Amino acid sequence: MSLRELTNTEAMAEALEEEMLRDPTVFIVGEDIVAHGGIFGQFKGLPEKFQGRVIDTPISESCILGAGLGAALTGMRPFVDMHFADFLTTAMDEVANQAAKIRYMFGGQVKVPMVIWAPDGAGLSAAAHHSQSLEAWFVHTPGLKVVSPCMPYDVKGLIKTAIRDEDPVLFFMHKKIFGRKGPVPQEEYLIPLGSADIKRQGRDVTVITYSITLLHAMEAAQELAREGVELEILDLRTLWPIDWEAIARSVSKTHRVVVAHEACITGGLGAEIAARIQEELFDELDAPIVRVGAKRVPHPFSPPLEKFVIPGPHSILEAAKEVLT
Amino acid sequence: MKSSAKPQEMMALYRTMCRIRAFETKVQELFASNMIPGFVHLSIGEEAVAAGISSVLRPDDYITSTHRGHGHVLAKGADPRRMMAELFGKRTGYCKGKGGSMHIADFSVGVLGANGVVAGGFPIAVGAGLSCKLRGTDQVVVCYFGDGASNRGPVHEAMNMASIWKLPIIFACENNQYASTTAMSYSTSVPKISMRAQGYSMPGLTVDGNDVLAVREAAAQAVARARSGEGPTLLEALTYRWRGHFEGDPQRYRTKEEVQEAKARDPITRLAAVLRKKRLLSAQLEQRIQKEIQEEIEEAVRFAQESPYPEAQEALEDLYAGDVAQAAKGGLA
Ligand SMILES: Cc1ncc(C[n+]2csc(CCOP(=O)(O)OP(=O)(O)O)c2C)c(N)n1
Repeated sequence: MSLRELTNTEAMAEALEEEMLRDPTVFIVGEDIVAHGGIFGQFKGLPEKFQGRVIDTPISESCILGAGLGAALTGMRPFVDMHFADFLTTAMDEVANQAAKIRYMFGGQVKVPMVIWAPDGAGLSAAAHHSQSLEAWFVHTPGLKVVSPCMPYDVKGLIKTAIRDEDPVLFFMHKKIFGRKGPVPQEEYLIPLGSADIKRQGRDVTVITYSITLLHAMEAAQELAREGVELEILDLRTLWPIDWEAIARSVSKTHRVVVAHEACITGGLGAEIAARIQEELFDELDAPIVRVGAKRVPHPFSPPLEKFVIPGPHSILEAAKEVLT
Repeated sequence: MKSSAKPQEMMALYRTMCRIRAFETKVQELFASNMIPGFVHLSIGEEAVAAGISSVLRPDDYITSTHRGHGHVLAKGADPRRMMAELFGKRTGYCKGKGGSMHIADFSVGVLGANGVVAGGFPIAVGAGLSCKLRGTDQVVVCYFGDGASNRGPVHEAMNMASIWKLPIIFACENNQYASTTAMSYSTSVPKISMRAQGYSMPGLTVDGNDVLAVREAAAQAVARARSGEGPTLLEALTYRWRGHFEGDPQRYRTKEEVQEAKARDPITRLAAVLRKKRLLSAQLEQRIQKEIQEEIEEAVRFAQESPYPEAQEALEDLYAGDVAQAAKGGLA
């Protein structure tokens, strides 16, 4: 395999280009996506290459999402850009009541092949309306699939799979990882939804994580390695369907678990994962599971406040030490 | 009003309206005798809207419908048997018993779904319209809605978007004067819903929604405009619902006299009079048509009654199109 280094946005644009070339029913729709190839450069080059298939919209989130749904019901494969994950709240009916439920409510008559792409996450002093991580809401909603990768290899492989999937997929990407580089093969590949990836092998503690928190975990692991502690880091990549087998395998290996994400800890995905581990793998555990997540306040603006609220490498480091004592 | 409808077409309109009336009247009876679970919203009195509009649609055109959607769906060509079975919650229903009255869909005849959320069909209709445009077909989309729905936010977004993209959509307002208990005169800033079209640079027409020929004429214009790529139209049909908002509604918000007056404007009686005058409808023919329809509806009820309920386990099916086993693997399905 020949590998090059791509940024996450380059990996994303490449995935879209390949899929749009492969399938004429794929199109991209959203606010301000044509002029600069998206506000994060995530569609760079595509508006020129696929004229009429990268479509700017008015600021109308309900209708953008609902239009994606209507197009999906009638033979297209829309890739809907939500601008910021926070704005999913202004289109919740379309996501949670319509897109998520249509197939089921109509007895399986129809498929809903659409991707809803939403940049999420904090750390940019963007304050409470542009910093949230809302994945738990959508994992909680039957009918949706939820993806949240971190590395360019995973972003590319998962975007391609999400586009080919027959169900509505919410694709979250943390705003602070867009420029992050990583190796991506030249050759075509896909990553199945619902498959986790061990990003670091270790024997002492399993850190179950995803999105930007993966990077924090890697940093914590380096530091702990100097003290002789080896973290195993499991990158979920897809949050629903969740790769339970991969979780079970790793927990049965290390017997100690930290679940870490940037979303608010209360009612977060970590709670679900921890609960299920204690239900099904209780005998494997040598210590109580520790959760890492943001404090339960809206995201503050001021840098020291924001830093205090969201987890970083130190949070994982401390959590790992806690499960080891 | 002078109509371009040919005799055969007029007779088809008559039949469609009678079928809707018979279906709804039967549902009313069945509901009253506890045969149908949940709640139902009937469209008795409003038949001319669905019949008139559908009469100028092709089978491959799309509609989005509402909580009061039986008429829209029937007029578009759905099978009353599978509709009735769905109302009963049976496995043979359109949605295998998962949708019920407010969520009937038949994608094989372009029914993209009734909707339990008021105005929920608007963005979907825009997407269907966009899809017609992107695929380069000349299909059109009818988005049915009530006067009450017109006050919700997605309506504004959808009409604006349909207008800037010149999408082939007919926003069809079935104005029955009430949204649940709330009179339009109280809730709505304009005296006519069609006036709102001005805000979106599209034609806005108001027609007598109890005159099926008038509805048909206006719909034909709007459909022609949509098919030729000129964009959306807002078509308002003034009508009245004879029944309560839902079956069992105590209806304290209006007088019996008001309802009585509205019944005098019965769209079916009105067309029948035209047909008689044109010597298209004899008493004998009328009886025969009614009998045929009655049999069809009875057959639908029989089918629904004889159909099995789904097995409880079927509640776990149809959530995802992909690998269900994979979804279940997560254990949270
Ligand atoms: C978003 C939303 N709000 C409220 C309701 C409850 N509700 C159901 S039907 C209805 C009235 C709708 O009136 P209108 O749109 O005029 O349609 P009609 O019932 O007259 O056919 C209301 C308030 C709902 N289903 N969805």
